[in-house]
Amino acid sequence: MNLRCEHLSKSFDGTRALSDLTLEFPASGVVAIIGPNGAGKTTLINVLTGFLNPDGGRFFLGERELSRLPAHKIARLGVARTFQDLRLIAQVPVLENVMLARPNQKGEGLLRALFRVGVAAEERRNYEEAMRWLEFVGLGAAASQMAGELSYGQQKLLTLACCLATDAKILLLDEPVAGVHPEMVSKILDLMVQLRDAGKQIVFIEHDIASVRRVADLVIVMDQGRVIAQGKPAEVLERPEIMEAYVA
Amino acid sequence: MQYVLHILTLVCIYNILAVSLEVLVGRAGFLSVAHAAFYGLGAYTSALLAVQAGVPFLVGNLAGVAVAVAISLVVSLPSLRVHDDYFVIATFAFQVILFSIFKNWMGLTQGPLGIPGIPRPVIFGWHVTTHLDFLILAVAFACFAYFVVWRLTCSPFGRVLHAIREDEVFAKAVGKNTLYFKMTAFAVSAALAASAGSLYASYITYIDPSSFTVMESILIISMVIIGGAGTLLGPLVGAFVLVTLPEALRFVGLPDAVAANLRQIIYGSLLVIMMMFRPRGLVGKYSFGK
Repeated sequence: MNLRCEHLSKSFDGTRALSDLTLEFPASGVVAIIGPNGAGKTTLINVLTGFLNPDGGRFFLGERELSRLPAHKIARLGVARTFQDLRLIAQVPVLENVMLARPNQKGEGLLRALFRVGVAAEERRNYEEAMRWLEFVGLGAAASQMAGELSYGQQKLLTLACCLATDAKILLLDEPVAGVHPEMVSKILDLMVQLRDAGKQIVFIEHDIASVRRVADLVIVMDQGRVIAQGKPAEVLERPEIMEAYVA
Repeated sequence: MQYVLHILTLVCIYNILAVSLEVLVGRAGFLSVAHAAFYGLGAYTSALLAVQAGVPFLVGNLAGVAVAVAISLVVSLPSLRVHDDYFVIATFAFQVILFSIFKNWMGLTQGPLGIPGIPRPVIFGWHVTTHLDFLILAVAFACFAYFVVWRLTCSPFGRVLHAIREDEVFAKAVGKNTLYFKMTAFAVSAALAASAGSLYASYITYIDPSSFTVMESILIISMVIIGGAGTLLGPLVGAFVLVTLPEALRFVGLPDAVAANLRQIIYGSLLVIMMMFRPRGLVGKYSFGK
């Protein structure tokens, strides 16, 4: 199943962030969305994940229309996201953040929480699954640390682990390596490649062209709420008019 | 001795109110100023059933809880869609409306005249009549309230509430229906407050609207904040301090002419000083408003 949108539009106080945008993401691989500030990249992710309602147009996961679904329902359908600004529960351990993200927890129901029927076994399973994703992103040893005590790059990894713990098939990552130490950038990009190879679909917004060249299978260039080009990185990123628009 | 037992019974009743509000304020991060309204709903429902229909205490108590839960769901559905300040205003409006109903629906609540002659509880043949009996009952109710709040907060349900308090957007992004959790927390909070109201009505044997004003809501909020939000010990400490402090000031030996006013000034000053030097409350984890 892949994400696609038809004629999406969104304005803020008269400024068009998305303008009649029609786009189909491939069912596999890593897709990079690039473009100048204000091109509508983050707005697109906010709309596709239900955090913003579009003014017009529709979007789908496979054949299922998601356009009017709230954010939590879209996440449950397998579309997870990270944010430009880190969103975590800083005052609880790293492990708790990831366990929170596990889907369909019986212990989240009122009566199950009170009477604890089957909750302990489920918590054990969720613990194991959360640890698996923490090990995957390299934070296994930091599981008991408070999330707020991690470095910025580690917190980026933690947000990725939270996304993965939701069992989402599609990951929308908003600037996953922005402001991160170069070594950590390399690590995050490697993880993205591993996830792609494991069958996850990854869409990420990025300003760093070197990172895009390194991992993207497809590049989508946006400007003023529209897609102005898309194709393989080697083709798109060599076009002078694209780079000119991007730099502008 | 009777006086001490009376104060301890009030501590237990306020303890239930404070720990039930803790679910909302300390765990989910929502400030409700309608807690006295739910307290009153429980009190009026069980009192009316007991006085007019002879309904036993426990049944009346459960009826009060059911009414409070039903009304909390109606109130919270629109209120919890708005955020922070707007939620406070919405609950304030509800508090004012309910107080007006208590005060003006003469046919049902007898308005300012109140409802006298509320029977003392009889529970499975146990006639709760003495101060000691009532203290035992109040302790049992408080333990039950603590048990409920502890089970909820130390569970995956509580984990989501904590996430909502810290970052609701994050909770939504990982697939949590935050409205459901907030409504459920509001309903649990209202249910326990109503239970405390029923207990209060049968203890005092008389209720009138003056016990369920917005000032009462603020007193309960103060208990949570001064005791310390985010812990189970906080509401216990807060209820104990705020019930016993005004009583302790009675024994300071203030001149009769100014005693009442001075007590209020001393009481208020102590609260201000405490908030300045211990903004997380006496045993709390969070600064209020975080």
